[in-house]
Amino acid sequence: MRDLFAVIMMTGIFGLLSASFFVAMDAVDVAFTEASVGAGIATLLMLTAVTLTGRSEDSERHKPMWALVVVFTTGGLLIYGTLDMPYFGFAEAPVHQHVAPRYIYDSMQETGLPNIVTSVLASYRGFDTLGEVVVIFTAGMGVLALLRVERRPGIDQIMADSIFYLMHERHLILRIVTKMLLPFILLFALYVQFHGDFGPGGGFQAGVIFAAGIILYAMVFGLNTARYVVNRTFVRSLSAIGVLLYGGVGVVSMLLGGNFLDYDVLADSPVAGQHLGILLIELGVGLTVAAVMVIIFFNFCGRRDLP
Amino acid sequence: MILGLYNYWVVVVLMMIGFYIVIAHGNLIKKIVGLSIFQTAVFIFYISIAKVDDATAPILEEGISKYSNPLPHVLILTAIVVGIATVALGLALAVRLNEAYGSIEEESIQNQDNQEC
Repeated sequence: MRDLFAVIMMTGIFGLLSASFFVAMDAVDVAFTEASVGAGIATLLMLTAVTLTGRSEDSERHKPMWALVVVFTTGGLLIYGTLDMPYFGFAEAPVHQHVAPRYIYDSMQETGLPNIVTSVLASYRGFDTLGEVVVIFTAGMGVLALLRVERRPGIDQIMADSIFYLMHERHLILRIVTKMLLPFILLFALYVQFHGDFGPGGGFQAGVIFAAGIILYAMVFGLNTARYVVNRTFVRSLSAIGVLLYGGVGVVSMLLGGNFLDYDVLADSPVAGQHLGILLIELGVGLTVAAVMVIIFFNFCGRRDLP
Repeated sequence: MILGLYNYWVVVVLMMIGFYIVIAHGNLIKKIVGLSIFQTAVFIFYISIAKVDDATAPILEEGISKYSNPLPHVLILTAIVVGIATVALGLALAVRLNEAYGSIEEESIQNQDNQEC
């Protein structure tokens, strides 16, 4: 396909389909994330990038025969490699013998949370998740460094006015429906954030949904209106505050005599401490993810509106 | 039964598609799309490993004793969000390249570089 617009739409559909694969394979948390990221934000970001770079592909493919040979050789070797793998759904496979039984049988006593994915994410492998959050933060800062535009105030005002009039004459239904839906989207994001301990959900998904709400607002009401509502400096500091909150919980648990990110010491009983720690670090994750997604989107769009 | 391995073959085919797009196409946006297909193939690989027959999602509930393995779910959940952040970084680089060279085609960028030398 030469038209990048169609390519990106297909990618979005692929994201949604893979989310349904994940549901079929019992990974509800992952499906939730993939549906909001793969089918939502990723499609949107690629579309914005394409409006900046042009939507048609014009080069010839280089040496497709050689590429096919390389690809089929790799694929053949990989399939040969799978012949020794355990069968799909086999309960005695080595991967289910190592640490997974402890997570499944002991996590209720140790953390008191029914959602095992959340307790592994936030408690057992909290250090790992801290690293992931730092990577997300760094990627957000990278986009900021690459795409940031210093704006001149005069042009800002003129553009804000023109977009304002444009939006008030057109897209009436879109605007009203967006206004009605927005509180529910943000409320749902908060529900996902704080219900993540008990059902599917958590900081990563909630952050993405919250950001999607703000991005929807920016798309319908114009970037400048959205910037007026969501202060840029505030969002930037929020992304750092999320990481600091996460690291801070670790430092506090160290000062109270435990290991880094060992929440047992945060409250009177280990289970209450785990609850508090998991709640706080999920909040940190949610803040960082939401802020970084908003930063990324605003900076892509800011480039496009460049006079 | 060798057909019990079909989940890995689906993953390998998806990976081959993504890999082909990355090496055969010159358009940078398409390369990023290819990379994200490759990435999703890896996600499906991990999640299919975690699947246990007749088990349910790993949320503890009275009266259920078989759960699928939660560890790959955790790894992939975070990897998806990290993946979108890195894809955004790649797109940002493509946008900057387009501003500098007026094109996101690999060959045209290469030609302009060669002329300058």
